[in-house]
Amino acid sequence: MLFVLPALVVLAIFLIYPAYYTIRLAFYEGDFHFGFFHYLGIQNFKELLTNDKDFLDLSKFPPSGALINNVRWVIFYISLSLLIGLGLAVLAVRVRYERAVKTAIFVPMAISATAVGIIWLFVYSPSPDMGVLNALLHAFDSGFHPVAWLGRPNLVNYALIFAYVWASVGFVMVVLSAAIKGIPAEIMEAARVDGAGEWNIFRRIMLPMLSLPLSVVTIWLFINVIKVFDIIYVMTGGGPGTSSRVIAFTMYEETFQNGRPGYGAAVAVIMLVLIAPVMVLNVRRFRSEKVVA
Amino acid sequence: MTTVEQAVPLAARTRSERLVRFITRTPIHIGLIGIAVIWLVPTVGLAVTSFRKPNNIASSGWWHALTQWDWTLHNYGSVINATGMGHAWVNSVIITVPATILPLTLGALAAFGFAWVPFPFRDTLFLIIVALMIVPIQTSLVPLLKLFAQHGHLNNNYYGIWLAHTAFGLPLAVFLLRNFFITLPKDLIEAARIDGASNLSIFRRIVVPLSVPALASFGIFQFLWVWNDLLMALIFVSDPNKQPMTVRIPYLLSTYGQEYNLLAAAAFLLMIVPLIVFFALQRYFVQGLLAGSVKT
Repeated sequence: MLFVLPALVVLAIFLIYPAYYTIRLAFYEGDFHFGFFHYLGIQNFKELLTNDKDFLDLSKFPPSGALINNVRWVIFYISLSLLIGLGLAVLAVRVRYERAVKTAIFVPMAISATAVGIIWLFVYSPSPDMGVLNALLHAFDSGFHPVAWLGRPNLVNYALIFAYVWASVGFVMVVLSAAIKGIPAEIMEAARVDGAGEWNIFRRIMLPMLSLPLSVVTIWLFINVIKVFDIIYVMTGGGPGTSSRVIAFTMYEETFQNGRPGYGAAVAVIMLVLIAPVMVLNVRRFRSEKVVA
Repeated sequence: MTTVEQAVPLAARTRSERLVRFITRTPIHIGLIGIAVIWLVPTVGLAVTSFRKPNNIASSGWWHALTQWDWTLHNYGSVINATGMGHAWVNSVIITVPATILPLTLGALAAFGFAWVPFPFRDTLFLIIVALMIVPIQTSLVPLLKLFAQHGHLNNNYYGIWLAHTAFGLPLAVFLLRNFFITLPKDLIEAARIDGASNLSIFRRIVVPLSVPALASFGIFQFLWVWNDLLMALIFVSDPNKQPMTVRIPYLLSTYGQEYNLLAAAAFLLMIVPLIVFFALQRYFVQGLLAGSVKT
């Protein structure tokens, strides 16, 4: 018991107690000292979900707001990362320079989101002497005018998503690649002897055998989406206007910039609610297997 | 594929057969090399820009620098001295090292307790720690800031951020290390107990020396996590002279947004530490990241 006590004390003071405090604060207006000032009941949540156009706006099409942007992130960030990561994992095992390719793809994983932000600010720059993306498009089509990828509300989210996919694919690839190498060679060989094509082998043997690692990776990507903040803070500051805000960014903005701690706490509680199913899943999986990882 | 190669008799591998094989596999090569190049270009662009003279950056794209050889280290001098990035780099180190060692130590002790020392409610407590692994930082920012401000102004020195990172690293440390410790041979630990060794000396003399790979994996993961963190440093380190690089670079962006040479050099200084860790300790590094995947 003495061994676990220091860790439990730290967790209780710095993790559990704060979570309780934030949940309680979400029902107050809050003041500059983050005190429980002016009880509001569920007013903060009501406001967020029905009356805050920067958080959730369903009145027009396509809908907008931070929550909707997170939905975009869920759809495009997760599917692109899985698609590219899986493709690379399947193809890379077939070539001799596998290690070199994997290293090139994996290196961005090591880089801080702050540096990833600067790197991609350069890539997306509308200046023809800076932005390699615009320069490349111009090289293919001389009539092409440089686009401010981060300056247009309808493009900015996808530009951010791709930059983050760039930084995350390495992880997906490494996990899936390890899993593919774990598939017994005899199974693949038997299928080939029976005349199965490569596509059928992929669909009917590989994919089913990869379902567990795929679900682990998908959960990891999902948690990433709910927490994504740094790269948006660095690259766009939630702009232009409020068009690239996400939940985590709104929490920061409302609490520390707009001085509305209660409102920000409500946003944090929504994050917690979105992540809670994954917590339950983790605990359940652990209980059934006893040893994970 | 290797199995197929073995299955084909050697005699059948004529030159024409190899040619057919090469042609059918060309799309794979193009696809793989193409994606690898796309993945490298952004980083290379930043690195090249950081070595170019400002007037060159303003007049031509960085891809021209690969043919015109006119490189300089001057940007690094400016960014380290004039913008205080050298100081911020040191701050990053000061924040990261204790924020790695603390959770590693506390986590290893707790993991040993959970793995080898029976006590009441052990399994329940461990399940709570599993659940805590993915609690979002956002639920702790405000209460911790208030706590640090009330008690000795912890937000004006590094104690606050060290403790906050320790708390957020601990669940993963306990989880990973406990799962590793539990695989150690039971006989070894029982034998030491029979010889009268205390739990603490079993931990120090048997468990820790046998668990270096697991300790290294968590250590590297936590090191990178703290080094690369922006949000916690932004909230918990308010004194500009104490802020780490991840916080100072966005400031640089807002004040010197058009001075690409300085931004590139600063970002490269930030990246270089994780890159060195990556290339020096690749095996542990990948293990650490994979192990850390349960947390993000």
